[in-house]
Amino acid sequence: MATEEMEQLVRREYKQGFVTDIESETVPPGLDEDVIAFISQKKGEPQWMLEWRLDAYHQWLKMTSPDWAHLNYPPIDYQAISYFSAPKSKDDAPKSLDEVDPKLLETYEKLGIPLHERAALAGVAVDAVFDSVSVTTTFKDKLHEAGVIFCSISEAIREHPELVKKYLGTVVPKGDNYFAALNSAVFTDGSFVYVPEGVECPMELSTYFRINAANTGQFERTLIICEKQAQVSYLEGCTAPMRDENQLHAAVVELVALEDAYIKYSTVQNWYPGDEDGKGGIYNFVTKRGDCRGDRSKITWTQVETGSAITWKYPSCLLRGDGSVGEFYSVAVTNGRQQADTGTKMIHIGKDTKSTIVAKGIAAGKSDQAYRGLVKIMPRAKNARNFTQCDSLLIGDRCGAHTFPYQEISNSSAMVEHEATTSKIGDDQLFYCRQRGIDEEDAVNMIVNGFCKDVFQELPMEFAVEAEALLSVTLEGSVG
Amino acid sequence: MLEIKNLHATVEGNEILKGVNLTINPGEVHAIMGPNGAGKSTLSAVLAGRDGYEVSEGTITFDGKDLLELEVEERAQAGLLMGFQYPVEIPGVKNIYLLKAALNAQREARGEGDIPAPEFMKLVKEQIAFMKMDPSFLQRAVNEGFSGGEKKRNEILQMLILQPKLALLDEIDSGLDIDAMKVVAEGINSLRNSQRSILLVTHYQRLLDYITPDHVHVLVDGRIVKSGDKSLAHELEARGYEWILEESAA
Repeated sequence: MATEEMEQLVRREYKQGFVTDIESETVPPGLDEDVIAFISQKKGEPQWMLEWRLDAYHQWLKMTSPDWAHLNYPPIDYQAISYFSAPKSKDDAPKSLDEVDPKLLETYEKLGIPLHERAALAGVAVDAVFDSVSVTTTFKDKLHEAGVIFCSISEAIREHPELVKKYLGTVVPKGDNYFAALNSAVFTDGSFVYVPEGVECPMELSTYFRINAANTGQFERTLIICEKQAQVSYLEGCTAPMRDENQLHAAVVELVALEDAYIKYSTVQNWYPGDEDGKGGIYNFVTKRGDCRGDRSKITWTQVETGSAITWKYPSCLLRGDGSVGEFYSVAVTNGRQQADTGTKMIHIGKDTKSTIVAKGIAAGKSDQAYRGLVKIMPRAKNARNFTQCDSLLIGDRCGAHTFPYQEISNSSAMVEHEATTSKIGDDQLFYCRQRGIDEEDAVNMIVNGFCKDVFQELPMEFAVEAEALLSVTLEGSVG
Repeated sequence: MLEIKNLHATVEGNEILKGVNLTINPGEVHAIMGPNGAGKSTLSAVLAGRDGYEVSEGTITFDGKDLLELEVEERAQAGLLMGFQYPVEIPGVKNIYLLKAALNAQREARGEGDIPAPEFMKLVKEQIAFMKMDPSFLQRAVNEGFSGGEKKRNEILQMLILQPKLALLDEIDSGLDIDAMKVVAEGINSLRNSQRSILLVTHYQRLLDYITPDHVHVLVDGRIVKSGDKSLAHELEARGYEWILEESAA
């Protein structure tokens, strides 16, 4: 099959591009101390939080945007971004779905996320974020019974300041990197999860993020804490409407797992990647890090990345506790002119720590992607083990895939394995499937899904189905 | 079933097939033999509809349809299935998944619904036992890590399940030891019936010790220069291709 046909297969229109007409309360573009004070006041935050933000802001002012990634984009004008936008509702946030702006619900419907149905059918508690304010939280009662706290970060700052104070910024410090510092200064919302000792969270927690107001950067902040022997599975899914200007998204996610705790964090990301020339897509500069603080704790990152114009993202694990385990399973699909520089960092600090990295990259169209991974074995990390597998699949001949594995090993008892492959979706494979009677599009889907299988099987069932569907939409095109 | 008339085909501008004529009736087994470079693989590729092979002249009628007008998958759906000389590996896709997807795609093309799962499992179990394959094959990725013999058995297994009208077997005996060849030959023989046709493309006649063809054709330099019954294959085995080359040149 010719390259052109192959590319037709993977070309498609973004199916979720539309803008909801809701009045937003938006501050004028620009960033200074007043804007930060405005955000903090809007959120009803205590003084210590404002000071925390300002400290981050001052650190950010002294930093420069990183340029080491395998990405190419024009400089971002941070003064042209509006840092606060909230959908207007009555006085307070709605108490139930009935009080939610019907247009907002309609938006979710269009996205194929019927909130109530979804929540009811799947038994998933959804903390939906529309622009910057959480509009509805479901299943709170059931979680409350189990002692699990699942709320917006703003609410947590007001209602559970002792927990927020104790953990916020302890995994990703304010000055960790340029985008994390920016986020720390201006974050507007996000999720907070606290699972008390010995509790296995009774349901999977899910949040849908959506960027809506024009030209508004979105700065989510997520903090998840699992006490000793506690367990939680958290699902994050994203999608955004079509836009002309690039939209910046710089989230920070912090996970803390204490002794014998397990946090499973799964993401399906489907943000607007821009049009065929790469215009208008989301810039996704995210800092995600998990801290296996307690012995025998475990953190698993699973991600399916199909959207964004530019992705800069390295969900990482600090394996501090002895015998702790970090896992990273990733599928990244780039098409059109998308660019992605993504991977993970596994920092082995404690003894007998283990990490597994399975990264699958699929590049189509004129896209370009890089896997960047660091495995670091610290001197005290006796008997540390790592297994890394990076596979790239190219569709057509105008895309690129690169692998940058870094290893820093300071303990001779460590065992570190790395495997990497790059393959092209074969004309032979396609021909073989078609000669069995399977049409071209189904054959491409079958081959790509086979390639991603190792990762999909790590996703929660519901997400795995969604991920397969997403992949087939992403690679859908006009055949013949 | 299949009627090839004056078929000319080129690969990268070079004419490989120079006027092939061949008629296969339902229930017949034909063998096409010939020296390397005679155009055997090209003929298979043209029949299956592979890219890069251009038909410059001639017609192919399959089961009343103009074969050259059909896409690759449509040919398969119409009942023309090829057993590959080099079956490809498809990592992560289970054998059973491919079998089911293929069978259902063909059923859908015939306007039938998906095969019920119990019925499918029964069918697969029977045939896999017949091919002396371990059921664990079904859970393995398509052809991944299979030995040469396993790959070829797998091709025949697909034929047994998909039940084509015309089975086109391209050098199915290459790379097989004698035991594997017997199993493969048994599978092919079990495909034989009064409605189904089989076209064997092979360099060596040893496969024909196990599968008795109704007709044997010798392809030389893009043309069928001699046709006969099974005794022709034995003659080729004994005398090689030289005498035919001389005869056809004369």
